[in-house]
Amino acid sequence: MTDRALSVVRAGALTSVQDEGRFGHAHLGVPRSGALDLPASRLANRLVGNAPGAAVLETTLNGCAVRPRCAVTVAVTGAPCPVTVDGRAVAWGAAVRVPSGAVVEVGAATRGVRSYLAFAGGVAVEPVLASRSTDLLSGLGPPPLRDGAVLPLGRPGRGHPYADVAPAPGVAHELVLRVRPGPRADWFTPDAQRVLATGRYRVSSASNRIGLRTEGPALRRAVQGELPSEGMVLGAVQVPPDGLPVVFLADHPTTGGYPVIGVVPESDLAAAAQAAPGTPLRFVVGRGL
Amino acid sequence: MSGPRVLPVGDHALLVELESGEAAGALHAELVRRRAAGTLPPVREIVPAARTVLLDGVDDPPALAARLLTWDIPPLKAGAQETVEIPVRYDGPDLAEVAARWGVPEQEAVRIHSSAGFRVAFCGFAPGFAYLTGLGERYAVPRRATPRTAVPAGSVALAGAYTGVYPRSSPGGWQLIGSTDVTLWDPHREPAALLTPGTRVRFVPQAPR
Repeated sequence: MTDRALSVVRAGALTSVQDEGRFGHAHLGVPRSGALDLPASRLANRLVGNAPGAAVLETTLNGCAVRPRCAVTVAVTGAPCPVTVDGRAVAWGAAVRVPSGAVVEVGAATRGVRSYLAFAGGVAVEPVLASRSTDLLSGLGPPPLRDGAVLPLGRPGRGHPYADVAPAPGVAHELVLRVRPGPRADWFTPDAQRVLATGRYRVSSASNRIGLRTEGPALRRAVQGELPSEGMVLGAVQVPPDGLPVVFLADHPTTGGYPVIGVVPESDLAAAAQAAPGTPLRFVVGRGL
Repeated sequence: MSGPRVLPVGDHALLVELESGEAAGALHAELVRRRAAGTLPPVREIVPAARTVLLDGVDDPPALAARLLTWDIPPLKAGAQETVEIPVRYDGPDLAEVAARWGVPEQEAVRIHSSAGFRVAFCGFAPGFAYLTGLGERYAVPRRATPRTAVPAGSVALAGAYTGVYPRSSPGGWQLIGSTDVTLWDPHREPAALLTPGTRVRFVPQAPR
């Protein structure tokens, strides 16, 4: 067992292969996909000497366990969690040398949602449209991990780690998302704008890689009727008929027919990816972001 | 005739709204031409839709918006490009209902659909799923009240005034009028989608299996 591959011992609630995503195919109906917390996945890659866009594993809430069939350097970032190698605690947020055949366990997140497990050389599944990301909306890329699955690993490059230790992210008691109004802010009542800006929302447990769903006061429309389908961007705050805003994340559909009241800047979305269900959520609405 | 309207979409995108689907198609064609000619500033995604074109991944959206409002955009020309022919068996379970809605016998419904010239207005819903215009509003049909949990790949279907072909099996609420063996989506083909925005399409009737 010295081939460059790993076997999945415990897939966890939802663990998928992610890189920086699929670009340039939105006009064919192909979502962007990619790691939800991009800064964390890039940092994990830096810790093991990979290019920032190498494919990593993205876990959801309860981690995963894998057994590399070769000696490999790994690092875990994103949501803080216990990390063990053959049952012995090792550092989170640092490069760890794993011997061939040892089990790397990414434990349940102590806060946040998504941890990232990077391997020197990257996860080397076959790219689809130039990306190795699992796209849960349209099913492109490798399927989510299953117990017993085997994933190929790439050969480590000559790159040296750019960072020694990652700082643990701070504790966010509240998720704050900035919103720039448009393109369909005028489809809502002036009162809806105020409700969005002042309402107390929570992150819904129905959130997933497609969108961050919310619980809170509904936004009322000024314009009834159907919006003809139009292109959607990452961070779009789409409002379906129930009036509860949905913030589009990486696996969002490329076109949609519900009006978008505003757009959250990409730099706020890593925090959105780490907000557990029930986290209080506040929208800050403004033009000069 | 009102001109294009540019709507803000966050910090790196803009949405151009036009008065018709034809005008959106014409703007999309112009954008693709200018990008191929190297005269368009970098844009990561150009996404046409029913009446809009989204430009995403733009460095300076206001500057690009100001520029494109000065363009003289030629209207779409039929026959300007190759037509993709899709062989269809008109054997869908909803053909009778569609014919009844149109007030014609089934054979006449097949003739109407197969003699129309279609254009891919945009893609969405699933990779390679194209929204085809060409039938005209008088042939618009509603979606099914209860969507099917599994529509087979290759189903040729109607909703509103659009025709679509399911690239793979998925749930769906469109009215199924026929089926084809053509591969709509193959990620290892270039381009992966058979039907890309702007493509002209005709449906060619085949004997049912």
